[in-house]
Amino acid sequence: MKIRSNIAVSDNGFMFDPNTGDSYNLNNTAAEILQMLKSGKDESEIIKEFTQKYDVDEATFEQNLYDFLGMLGHYDLVEKEQTNY
Amino acid sequence: MEKLRYERPVINKIKAGVPDKFGMQTKVEIMPEIEGISVKDILKEYGSPVFVLSENKIRETYQEAHRAFSSRYPKIQFAWSYKTNYLDAVCKIYHDEGSWAEVVSGFEYDKAISNGVPGSKILFNGPDKSNEDLVKAIDNGSFIHIDHFDELYSIIRLTKNTDKKAKVAIRINMDTGIYPQWDRFGFNYENGEAWNAINRIMLSENLELVGLHTHIGTYIMSANAYAVAASKLAELAVRTNRKFNHNIKYIDMGGGFASKNTLKGAYLPGKDTCPSFDDYAEAITSALINSEIAPDNLPILFLETGRALIDEAGYILGTVLANKRLSNARRSTIVDVGVNMLFTSFWYEHEIYPAQECSLQTEDTAIYGPLCMNIDVLREAIQFPLLQKGDHFVIPRVGAYNMTQWMQFITLRPNILLIDRNKNIQIIRDKETNEVFKRQERVPEHLK
Repeated sequence: MKIRSNIAVSDNGFMFDPNTGDSYNLNNTAAEILQMLKSGKDESEIIKEFTQKYDVDEATFEQNLYDFLGMLGHYDLVEKEQTNY
Repeated sequence: MEKLRYERPVINKIKAGVPDKFGMQTKVEIMPEIEGISVKDILKEYGSPVFVLSENKIRETYQEAHRAFSSRYPKIQFAWSYKTNYLDAVCKIYHDEGSWAEVVSGFEYDKAISNGVPGSKILFNGPDKSNEDLVKAIDNGSFIHIDHFDELYSIIRLTKNTDKKAKVAIRINMDTGIYPQWDRFGFNYENGEAWNAINRIMLSENLELVGLHTHIGTYIMSANAYAVAASKLAELAVRTNRKFNHNIKYIDMGGGFASKNTLKGAYLPGKDTCPSFDDYAEAITSALINSEIAPDNLPILFLETGRALIDEAGYILGTVLANKRLSNARRSTIVDVGVNMLFTSFWYEHEIYPAQECSLQTEDTAIYGPLCMNIDVLREAIQFPLLQKGDHFVIPRVGAYNMTQWMQFITLRPNILLIDRNKNIQIIRDKETNEVFKRQERVPEHLK
């Protein structure tokens, strides 16, 4: 999943979408995930890094991560996947 | 290396709108302990969910209410409203504090007797009293609060067969300037029905009119409504004295005082808007003292408040079962406390506190109970912290009505605990088992 390139995120988790003018708040873990996505890391790398760094088991984090990614999609903050018809 | 504390990731859209002019606190407080005892430990030992009552809080609140009235009026008597919470342990605490019993059914009447309350200290209210109940109450010298003329004539008939006089009061409904006006209970003041009932009782040889009773409604936010009610009862007492030279021994103002819970649809929280015991006491006692009742004949003031006395002393502790997303991407959290055991969530916006450390982050969340029914909603929308499956929470102010109006539906009722004055935990009602229900059922022979 790739975050749209024009989305701006500050270090403290404030996020701005210039397409819509909407702003968002992220908590620390969400901001960290977003920076990882922006730097091109995929889901499995994020899961590995998070479970090493934080006190969370893999199943719980995976569930939370996909829930969060779903919300990024809901707010239309990610690149649309290329479809091959 | 020690791992960092984890919190699930969350993204919240910033919504620009009209700022809250009252500047309400948005930070969610946590409640890890009740009376110094860890919520986690209680749940581990007694299962989840579980009701917890605090004996200290029950006594403190009772004493606060009693002080508010007794410092303003010479003769005060509280009667514990059994229907609000009739667990024997709870009733016995109130009786120990000096409360009489206020009951509304034969079942509650028998419960009061078995709790050691003398018949002469029971107020018997309600529209449903069987002949058997009435005979028992007459024999025991209990105070029967008559609800309708059919009951009045039943008592007249029943007393013909006994040499005992029935001690009666009438329940009176009236316009006190509030909506809704409860006119389904008792005799109406404005249309003269109450005065007719008083006349009928005074002309009966076997009935002694000892009191006048009203109960103007429930969760009454206006103390002034009680002043209006007390004035009207005082006026009837004066008229009775003038016509029959008979002193009314007591005026019973019923209950209906608001607790600090917030009603659905209210803009501000109940704890900021509800009148205090002092407000209610000032309104009622001023109205009685300023009435035309002669100072030597001032009646005893009875109070039957239930909700405001016990709501604060009750908690329900529970556990998060699951987190989900609704179709519009809103968060929903499913917990193991449903409307079956938290009946009051139909009319209150109950506060819900996490029982463990959590960050300042919250999400707009709908909180649902565990029942497989659409009506099982604890909160439609609450800014709630990021709890995970297995996390615990506390809902305070659930002491009134939940433990009497609860429903047995698809699951069993949980334990009820009392934290006593020495901070010991006592089970005061065991959780139900399948055996409890099997015992009540019978399968016809051909289906066995």
